[in-house]
Amino acid sequence: MRSAATRDRSTAAGVLLALGVLVLTTLFTLVPAPSAGAAAAGPCVADAATGCINGTVTTADRQPAVGVVLEVDGPGGTVQASTGTDGRWSAPVTAAGQYTVTLDTTTLPPGEQLRDPSGNPRTVTVELGSSAGALFPLGEPAGTAPGDQATDDASEPSDDASSDVGAPVGSSASGSFSWSRLAQQATNGLVFGVLLALASVGLSLIYGTTGLSNFAHGEQVTLGAIMAYVGCQLLHLPLLVSGLIAVLVGAASGWVQDAGLWHPLRRRRVGITQQMIVTIGLSMALQYTYQFFLGGGQLRIVTTNPTMLTLGPVRITMTSVVSLVLSALVLAAVAWFLLGTRIGRATRAVSDNPALASASGITVDRIVRLVWVLGSSLAALGGVLMGLYLNATNWNMGGALLLLMFAAVTLGGLGQAFGALAGSIVIGLVVEMSNLVIPSDMRYAGALLILILVLLLRPQGILGRAERIG
Amino acid sequence: MDWTRILVNTAGEIFAPTTAAYALAAIGLNVHFGLTGLLNMGQAGFMLIGAYGFAISTIAGWPLWAAVLVALAAAALFGLLLGIPTLKLRGDYLAIVTIAAAEIVRLVGRSTALTELTGASSGLRGNSYKHTFQDASPFADGTVALGPFEYSMNASNSWWIRIVGWGLVALTCLLIWLLIRSPWGRVLKGIREDEDAVRSLGKNVYSYKMQALVLGGVIGALAGIVYVLPRAVQPDSMGRPMTFFVWTILLLGGAATVFGPLLGSIIFWVSLMFIKSVMRVGVPESIMRTEQIEQFGWVIVGVTLMVLVIFRPQGILGDKKELAIDVR
Repeated sequence: MRSAATRDRSTAAGVLLALGVLVLTTLFTLVPAPSAGAAAAGPCVADAATGCINGTVTTADRQPAVGVVLEVDGPGGTVQASTGTDGRWSAPVTAAGQYTVTLDTTTLPPGEQLRDPSGNPRTVTVELGSSAGALFPLGEPAGTAPGDQATDDASEPSDDASSDVGAPVGSSASGSFSWSRLAQQATNGLVFGVLLALASVGLSLIYGTTGLSNFAHGEQVTLGAIMAYVGCQLLHLPLLVSGLIAVLVGAASGWVQDAGLWHPLRRRRVGITQQMIVTIGLSMALQYTYQFFLGGGQLRIVTTNPTMLTLGPVRITMTSVVSLVLSALVLAAVAWFLLGTRIGRATRAVSDNPALASASGITVDRIVRLVWVLGSSLAALGGVLMGLYLNATNWNMGGALLLLMFAAVTLGGLGQAFGALAGSIVIGLVVEMSNLVIPSDMRYAGALLILILVLLLRPQGILGRAERIG
Repeated sequence: MDWTRILVNTAGEIFAPTTAAYALAAIGLNVHFGLTGLLNMGQAGFMLIGAYGFAISTIAGWPLWAAVLVALAAAALFGLLLGIPTLKLRGDYLAIVTIAAAEIVRLVGRSTALTELTGASSGLRGNSYKHTFQDASPFADGTVALGPFEYSMNASNSWWIRIVGWGLVALTCLLIWLLIRSPWGRVLKGIREDEDAVRSLGKNVYSYKMQALVLGGVIGALAGIVYVLPRAVQPDSMGRPMTFFVWTILLLGGAATVFGPLLGSIIFWVSLMFIKSVMRVGVPESIMRTEQIEQFGWVIVGVTLMVLVIFRPQGILGDKKELAIDVR
């Protein structure tokens, strides 16, 4: 009894210590904080193939508003711009037509608001080789009824625009059906799916080996993306170096998490449902920690305008091509690891039946530790590439993707690493191609609907074994 | 440091409408989780459905009672739809599906395709649906001060919404107290402890779980109405964080108890308000900006949830023997 109690206390202390270390490491790695979006893209120059939309955002007392993010959406795709130190912004577009310019009000300087909220988003017509302006004056709104809003609204959590971090370049939101659009969206979907797979393989492996549905896995993805942002924008390292740092930090965070939190909890025999609720608490704490240091706005990892490649009807950025190749290589390496190496076989054995694996001489705890490190570094890599693909990241990117990952993992069969890959590609295609039929701001909802349908029709997923899971 | 103001503000949270709304939501979740053992991670979805149902039907010109009925019926329907595919599956599947369903509600609600109905991401303004509720008040207009607390009698963040909100909390607490003691409640607890044992007694487990899911969801919809009456319907303020706050409240007070959700909600909002007000005054701007204090508050909530679940899963009022979270 006594020794059990002492052990309990020591694991308790261990858990607390680990929590502290976890939060602290996150804090310290993030310390060089807030100058979000101070660097903006070079000004757009209109030429025969390019048109420009530009403007200047100034605060109510005529000071330039820095770091305000605007999104331009229209026939030439979606472009994001943010204002520089002089309050100016410009966005290049590659096709003439009507564009919708949306100002992300959450990125306005504190206390500032649009003078005319109904003028956001606004539509401008652009021609190639010339510039068009879109002005967003700030100041007191003209016609608001005072006293309408509740007094305690300030205490509400902000969750604004959490579902759409950004849109990939070349993704078009409206317009009628055409084969070239289909091809474009399918390509986008493939890229998105492969990047999603990087993130969800870890989720699936962790579920397979420990039975834990890790709701904090999205924050591992965010961690990768914001580490890349910190490396590129705050420390001014080259993208490759900061990407590498992000993956290493991700791996380290996986090790720390398992060593300091999940291993003690398993030893303490804390039930799996309890652990799941712990992941939810962890996810909340991490999300707001990110927001604490980096603010609620959009963070652009790379601020230069992407190079576009045109392959037949499909336009794709150079970054996406490189990401696609890189992720394919990494995923192939993971597959080789799982199928071809002794440790990989051990991992699959643990996924299959931990008790049996342990009895046949596999150190289950070591395998689980390895899976945490592997899963977290894959998630971090996925986060970096996803942040590049979506043009921007924010504190909530992983949180928004988490349910898509769960959809992918469930679709493929919970705990099946290759199922996660197949499921991710299907979900990626669904998310991007559903643009063709439903409004683009509902595209994530379509993927989640699939999740529910899968559970209704084939709960074990595409690759899962039929078993009673009720 | 102005301690009187901080203390008055903090004490005001004890009976604020938000506290009542979260208490109601946690009572609903208690029916799901505390009584039946269902892992509903989408309580905010039920609340949002209730809020939309009430606001949209009021804007369409329906009377108060009809609008409330629409909200409750919509939540019941949502519960049914959710329950059909998931109640036969393992607990963590239910968690994933409910969280996804709540997100679907929010994403559809904030979609620009439905702007005329739901107002998209800017939501529905409070003044467009408050009037029927305010007109139902038997009191005269004007402001009333009770000790240091001064609120308007009927408008917005009023005494009237406080009276109704806490009246509803009292009623549902009574309902839960009666339910826990009823044969129906005993079957639910049996399902929570050992589903197969209950099945072997010839009870239809699926149907009992469905009834619990719908009942808790309907209480969640009521909570949604109380929550939006002093403010506006904004889909983004009723997302996943809200569900997690409700869970923290329930686990703080103690699941499977009658007064746990109530106590949890009061402690949650009072301590959050106290910590934030003290920090706003006590921490200089150079160390932490105002919005960082907000976020710091939510970090504390997340860590509290983790620590609670690990070290005291039964909460303040709960009985560890009665509530083994890990039933399945």
